[in-house]
Amino acid sequence: MRTGYDLELVHLTKRYGDTVAVRDLNHIFNAGRYVCLLGPSGCGKSSTLRMIAGHESVSDGSIVLDGLDVSHLAPAKRGTAMMFQNYALFPHLSVRDNVAFSLRMKGVDKPTRYGQANELLELVDMNDYADRLPDQLSGGQQQRVALARALITKPKVLLLDEPLSALDPFLRVRMRAELKRIQRELGITFIHVTHGQDEALALADVMVVMNNAVIEQAGSARDVFNAPRTEFVARFMGGHNVISLDGSKVALRADAVTLADNGLPATVTGVEFQGAHVAMTATTEGGEEILALLPEETFYHSPKNPGDAVTLAWDEGRLHRLQA
Amino acid sequence: MHRTLITWLQAAPLTVILLGFLVAPIIMIVIVSFWGATEFSIYPDFQFENYQFLFNSPVTYKVFFATFKYAFITWAFTLAIGFTVAYFLAFHVRSQTTQIALFLLCTIPFWTSNIIRMISWIPFLGRNGIANQTLMSWGVIDAPLDWLLYSDFSVILAFVHLYTLFMVVPIFNTMMRIDKSLLEAARDAGASGFQTLCHLIIPLTKPGIMIGTIFVVTLVMGDFITVRFMSGSQKANVGRLISNDIALLQYPSAAATAVVLLCTVLIMIAIMLRFVNIRKEL
Repeated sequence: MRTGYDLELVHLTKRYGDTVAVRDLNHIFNAGRYVCLLGPSGCGKSSTLRMIAGHESVSDGSIVLDGLDVSHLAPAKRGTAMMFQNYALFPHLSVRDNVAFSLRMKGVDKPTRYGQANELLELVDMNDYADRLPDQLSGGQQQRVALARALITKPKVLLLDEPLSALDPFLRVRMRAELKRIQRELGITFIHVTHGQDEALALADVMVVMNNAVIEQAGSARDVFNAPRTEFVARFMGGHNVISLDGSKVALRADAVTLADNGLPATVTGVEFQGAHVAMTATTEGGEEILALLPEETFYHSPKNPGDAVTLAWDEGRLHRLQA
Repeated sequence: MHRTLITWLQAAPLTVILLGFLVAPIIMIVIVSFWGATEFSIYPDFQFENYQFLFNSPVTYKVFFATFKYAFITWAFTLAIGFTVAYFLAFHVRSQTTQIALFLLCTIPFWTSNIIRMISWIPFLGRNGIANQTLMSWGVIDAPLDWLLYSDFSVILAFVHLYTLFMVVPIFNTMMRIDKSLLEAARDAGASGFQTLCHLIIPLTKPGIMIGTIFVVTLVMGDFITVRFMSGSQKANVGRLISNDIALLQYPSAAATAVVLLCTVLIMIAIMLRFVNIRKEL
């Protein structure tokens, strides 16, 4: 299912006094995608999300949703809905009343709003808890309620501010599958802010990597991972080595590095067993650190220890030139 | 065994203080309320004459009614002012420094005794006081207003002045604990400012309102000095009934009135606590 609601950021800028939190963003989010806004803390991803939501004023530029400039509209008039980091459920209202809150504000009568609330609670599998108060729910359950509450406004775009960061790792993996399922079922755009690259890789149809108030790279998760544009992206995504070659920087995936008889001499500095792989770090004579992800079986065929001399090799085709 | 002993010892000082200074005096008052009295002496007894007199006198009902009236009107004003001030401090003042500074500003009047704060109204409100003179010089009125001083108006004005802070503090405290993202969530759901106030802030502030209410109501119900000064001894409440009895050395009668007042206030608080759970705030 596809809807026609594209979201476009045009020269979007956010300034706090002299500091620029978001600098001149231009991007089109195609409708119906799961978008992850990824970046380290302070990179401007949350400010961007909050501007789209309408909880932060726009200093410059505009936000266009479905052909309409929404930059200065009230949050509820934009066709967006936000899911807050700590869920922000109303503690004095039952789960059902929380979900039905926005309908109540619109003056929808009780049977209708409860009917719709129940449908959404069904979607997030929380029907059995409809009469409970938020305190009586676990973190994962609260999150489902927050999701249902955001969706009841029938938004064109759902904005999620680090939705998984308050959950334990096991629940996080389960909830992200759930988020993806719901996004697919509803077919609306999800914009999900996170600083976890594994989360972004797992979820994103489109990944937008931000750093220092600008977009460093945007594209499908696979493209971004396989062809990082800058050194920052390569390092931030992880699993890449950034090495200097002939005066320019290149990225080399850690799993493309092998041990061979001919190649770059280096000294092992660390060995870490990771299950399917062994992560081996080695320092070259030039002083550069290189990470190699070696298949566990191959590595233990002739195990190395810190201090051992090795020669590292890779297929030239796997080198990826970075922009300065 | 050893641990329980230590626990008891730790609780002992407070228990002793409460027993000696709270429980014992109340028991004493209850006992004395059954004693007998003549014009010049009081004697231990167990009779219900004091209570009979109290409940059969129309004055008692009038005075209790006046006390409730003071409590209710003062409560309504302190709540309206206190809620507004607390709301302003908690949600409109953004910087924490300003918040603290303004909050301390509210407490400055408390650096002087409440009797002085009360008395300082008298030159302001009197027949030839600043208020009347100003109004006359502006041409708003031709003759001085008599009801400004020594009236229910001045009594309630003083009460509101004295006790509004007792409403501000607990309400402010509760409001500060409201997660700001809840307000954003309400805005996100399309709630207007007024709807956010009605559906979110007031319900979440209820415990603070209730604590402030208990403060104000008990203070006003038990007061006698404000009523005496600000009404020029022309108005009465239960506190004045008791203080008059004491002045006439009618301790048993004073004790009986005190017991009835105490029970009334306790019942009022019990009713209020039925409506709101304040335990979370304590």
